[in-house]
Amino acid sequence: MTAASSLCHSGALEPSRDAASMSSLRKRKLDDMLAATALTGPAVALLLTLFIFPALAVVVIALTDWQFGAKSLRFVGLANFSAVFADPGFRASLGNTLAYVAMVVPGTVLAGLGTALLIESGKSFRAFYRAAHFLPFMATLAATAIAWEALLHPTVGLVNMAFAALGLPTANWLRDETTVLPVLALIGIWQNLGFAMVLFLAGLKNIPQDLYDAADVDGADQWLDRLRTVTLPMLGPVAMFVVIVVALRAFEAFDTVQILTQGGPGHASELLLYTLYRESFEFLRAGYGAAITVVFLVIAVTLTLIQVRLMDSRVHYQ
Amino acid sequence: MAAIGLDRLSKSYGANPVLKGVSLAIESGEFLTLLGPSGCGKSTLLRIIAGLELQESGSVTVDALPVDGLRPKRRDVAMVFQSYALYPHMTVAANIALPLRMRRLSAWQRLPLIGRLLPGARATIRQIDADVRRTAALLEIDHALARRPGQLSGGQRQRVALGRAMVRRPSVFLMDEPLSNLDAKLRVSMRAEIKELHRKLGVTFVYVTHDQAEAMTLSDRVAVMLDGELLQVAPPQQIYADPSERRVAEFIGSPRINMIEARVREDGRVDAGGEMLTIATGLKPGAEVTLGIRPEALDLAPSIAPGVLSGMIRLIEHMGSDLYVHLDRPGQAGQLVARLHAERASHVAIGQTIRLRVRADQVLLFGADGKRIRPGDGSRAIAVSDAAEPVPEYMP
Repeated sequence: MTAASSLCHSGALEPSRDAASMSSLRKRKLDDMLAATALTGPAVALLLTLFIFPALAVVVIALTDWQFGAKSLRFVGLANFSAVFADPGFRASLGNTLAYVAMVVPGTVLAGLGTALLIESGKSFRAFYRAAHFLPFMATLAATAIAWEALLHPTVGLVNMAFAALGLPTANWLRDETTVLPVLALIGIWQNLGFAMVLFLAGLKNIPQDLYDAADVDGADQWLDRLRTVTLPMLGPVAMFVVIVVALRAFEAFDTVQILTQGGPGHASELLLYTLYRESFEFLRAGYGAAITVVFLVIAVTLTLIQVRLMDSRVHYQ
Repeated sequence: MAAIGLDRLSKSYGANPVLKGVSLAIESGEFLTLLGPSGCGKSTLLRIIAGLELQESGSVTVDALPVDGLRPKRRDVAMVFQSYALYPHMTVAANIALPLRMRRLSAWQRLPLIGRLLPGARATIRQIDADVRRTAALLEIDHALARRPGQLSGGQRQRVALGRAMVRRPSVFLMDEPLSNLDAKLRVSMRAEIKELHRKLGVTFVYVTHDQAEAMTLSDRVAVMLDGELLQVAPPQQIYADPSERRVAEFIGSPRINMIEARVREDGRVDAGGEMLTIATGLKPGAEVTLGIRPEALDLAPSIAPGVLSGMIRLIEHMGSDLYVHLDRPGQAGQLVARLHAERASHVAIGQTIRLRVRADQVLLFGADGKRIRPGDGSRAIAVSDAAEPVPEYMP
């Protein structure tokens, strides 16, 4: 009978037992809720303190004239946002960031895919090539940026010396408005390539050999046909992931700007995160910096949502 | 239509040989099945015929012309894979059309968007569409042409794979376990359809399977493979009734053939673990012989008599019209399986000891080396007549 009454929780209740069962049902529900709260509590607390509250705080600060460290503040509505968009420095920074992302994302995806295909097609030294290409991603960019600075030095840098020896035009790569952003983008590609490559290698391994065999029998046996018929379509889901992650990383580019150019010459290499940092922590204009942060967050979230929506429907073939 | 010749094909993976000099002539329009357990090399053999793998020695000919150096698409063969290997990102129509696009359109004409604008492309593409539709209608998948493989059932995917192979009218069809991913019911109906397809197309089919039911029902000839060797190539009935060696006899038939060690006696009868059987062996007295007795070559015997095997029933499997009765023979290792008519064996029960008469004409004899021993025609005739009039010897 006890078994039967415990079964009653989800089923029809006997009238005579209604009251007792209802109270035990309520207790059971309460227990479930307590357990659920206890289990999700730590994660929720961390999420709130580290992510949700700071983000909300940023939105609130963006609506004030607060200076970093100041004791008082005043709500100014959307004044910070209108100031941000009226500022030619910020607009240059936004434009630079978009251009930087537009160079880094396709560059990284194509170079990563190419490297992965080359490594997969060969038989020898695979582990070495994998490690060699993955190393920049593991290394601290702040440290490798110094190596890049030495390489790109206008007079004693290896790049200019090599270019001069080959009869190619040389430049002061990091001090020239026209070259500085592409050079930073190249460094960004160099750094993220290994990450894209590792993911593409894993994706390549997952393509069934049967599909290549079928393509061979069907006549798609030239490398371009195989690539178009089997490899690229089957890498779709991996490519989507790589594009999203690399785009977000490109939007966050900061180290190279801070160490190599400080946004110069002029505003030619100012990227969004660097501008944000300078406004907030060098000029201590916390309200203004928060407004830039909000713009940055909106861009990042929107981009992610668009990419997920657009690409998810095309790459999973259902 | 094409005849395929395989001449002493060898192949190994590392130190592990998978094909040991396989020679076989497949006739034009024939349905030949390569049958064997997994790992016997049958799929490798098929892939070598397709050109997907290269043999180490030997050669493959199609209509007497060697095709060894040719890539798969130049061999005029089509292949159906166990996994179907459909392109998941393409619609059914695009999957079936691919072999035609690759053959009939140039690389430029195949480019997206602008390809259609090139001279001649439109007419060819229309022709391809028509061919795809005709093939799809034949396989009854024309309603699914716009769908992707992920939206289809297993049976429909199988049809798409068949369609992709058929659409360009190859002269040889290669099939690598095409039905093994389907459920049992669908497998039987697709089996019939493949048979029908072969009849309609009339081209050469080479079919790889480990399922003997498929091999027996579909094939004109079955090639039994084991450990990289062809053991026997013959029509299904002959493979079953007249196996060339012990391994073939053991592989074909379900339940498995009973193998009983015996010795030939002075009087010409054989001593099978103390029970005397009248079987013509044509061997000298004292010779060791293995008796291969199919489960259906055993019948219930009315009572104790010479020439019967007895045993205690351990297990009874009801199969509808028949019973599979598993017996322990006293003092003998291994079980004996008999296939008995359900009506005539309705009274048998587990634990009971029963006697089984052996149909001497159906007993297969194997030597110690596993090779078949065939008694001369004369002695065979005696065995047959023995079976025709069973009464005198078994009467108490």
